[in-house]
Amino acid sequence: MVIEIKNTFDGIGEFVLFIFRFFKELFKPPLELREFVKQCYVIGYKSLPLVAITGFIMGLVLTLQSRPTLAEFGAESWLPGMVALSLIREIAPVITALICAGKVSSGIGAELGSMKVTEQIDAMEVSAINPFKYLVVTRILASTLMIPLLVVFADGIGILGGFVGYNIHSELNIVRYNSLVFETLGFVDIFPATIKTFFFGFFIGTIGCFMGFTASNGTESVGKAANSAVVYASLAIFIIDMLAVQLTDLIF
Amino acid sequence: MENKSPIIEIKGLYKSFGKDKDVLKGVNIHVKKGENLVILGKSGSGKSITIKCLVRLVEADRGEIKVFGTDLSKLDNDELNVIRLRIGFLFQNGALYDSMTVRENLGFPLQRHRAEFTESQVNLAIEETLESVGLSEAIDKMPSELSGGMRKRVGLARTLILKPEILLYDEPTTGLDTITSREISELIISIQKKYKTTSIIITHDMACAKFTSNRIVILRDGLVYTEGTYETLEKSEDEWVRSFFI
Repeated sequence: MVIEIKNTFDGIGEFVLFIFRFFKELFKPPLELREFVKQCYVIGYKSLPLVAITGFIMGLVLTLQSRPTLAEFGAESWLPGMVALSLIREIAPVITALICAGKVSSGIGAELGSMKVTEQIDAMEVSAINPFKYLVVTRILASTLMIPLLVVFADGIGILGGFVGYNIHSELNIVRYNSLVFETLGFVDIFPATIKTFFFGFFIGTIGCFMGFTASNGTESVGKAANSAVVYASLAIFIIDMLAVQLTDLIF
Repeated sequence: MENKSPIIEIKGLYKSFGKDKDVLKGVNIHVKKGENLVILGKSGSGKSITIKCLVRLVEADRGEIKVFGTDLSKLDNDELNVIRLRIGFLFQNGALYDSMTVRENLGFPLQRHRAEFTESQVNLAIEETLESVGLSEAIDKMPSELSGGMRKRVGLARTLILKPEILLYDEPTTGLDTITSREISELIISIQKKYKTTSIIITHDMACAKFTSNRIVILRDGLVYTEGTYETLEKSEDEWVRSFFI
């Protein structure tokens, strides 16, 4: 028991040092622009179909589930605004981040873990190439920048899904639907929700990189790194979300 | 051997992993310029750790490692990288970058450290180096398409592209059939002649040791047990030493 607690704190300590190292290496040359762009493509562009499908379903389902209750009070016209508000403030950021925890964080964990056990990271190091800068910094940066963009994309597709869902039972044109959406939304709905997605992205990338980069030798550790990356990244998303909501509540 | 001055000096090298796992207990090894030193020993005797300490992939607990007359422990990262560029390391399975083609694997270190090279110069260097390991046809293949022997050759080519003065081979023939092992051993010798390198070869393969070594060091329980040429050790009266040659 004592050993487990000690190991947990050791792990947290190592993770904090890993984050410090990221910020230390971030401003050091070389820029690794090519690898960064490649990672943006892998993390951002390649996640688009998955995020689009889930975003659309989120909007559609939310509309279909909420409609009967609002219709009972004759407040069906509130539906577009309510769905957009729920999507932008909470559902799209969290669900998109969770999907990316599964896809991106585990992918990074497995990739770096396998590079570690097959000595590819050591090979980089002995060739006088900084593997932390090349592999870790680029992935964390790409994840920090791409996850917010994916969330914005999911917001848009979700609203579109809501429009389709609304039109299953009623009739409303897209222009009127959009005006109902944008009448409801304000700065306080969009800004804090977008800011927190940068933190989601940062931790999704960092946890994946940490798990992969610190994988111990052996093929079993590759699976472990991928698995732990998903679990801890998902947990981190909920914790960040809780803190973000508390903070938003205090400030706005 | 052209020059008899030691290019690598290891004195009193200690390394342990945890409390009860002492891997190196005071290893002393020196390698002269142009020499091919083979390190033999049973699994867990500390052979691989010794050469990993030489490029500071593993930090030694105690002891002195001098390469080209420079004490590695006193170097910061940038200074260490200057030394690392003069040392090539062939990993057990080649350690090729899976996401890159053979061409990209070779071009990657070159583009980093020879920024002055034009694209055509980079391509020429890649083609020449691949040719020197007899693998010109594999230039656009992915590592997953290569056999074990080919992977090692490409790994060696990637190491050679920066023209190192010292080559460290970590079990270069492990997992290969007899014929391919022989080819790799011949390659080690031809590379030494062509590039005038100094080598440390970690191996269990006695045929490779016989073919490539100028001198052999045998490690036992983290210490140098004995050393000598293949011929002298083969005739040793020590049963444990002779067990390697059976």
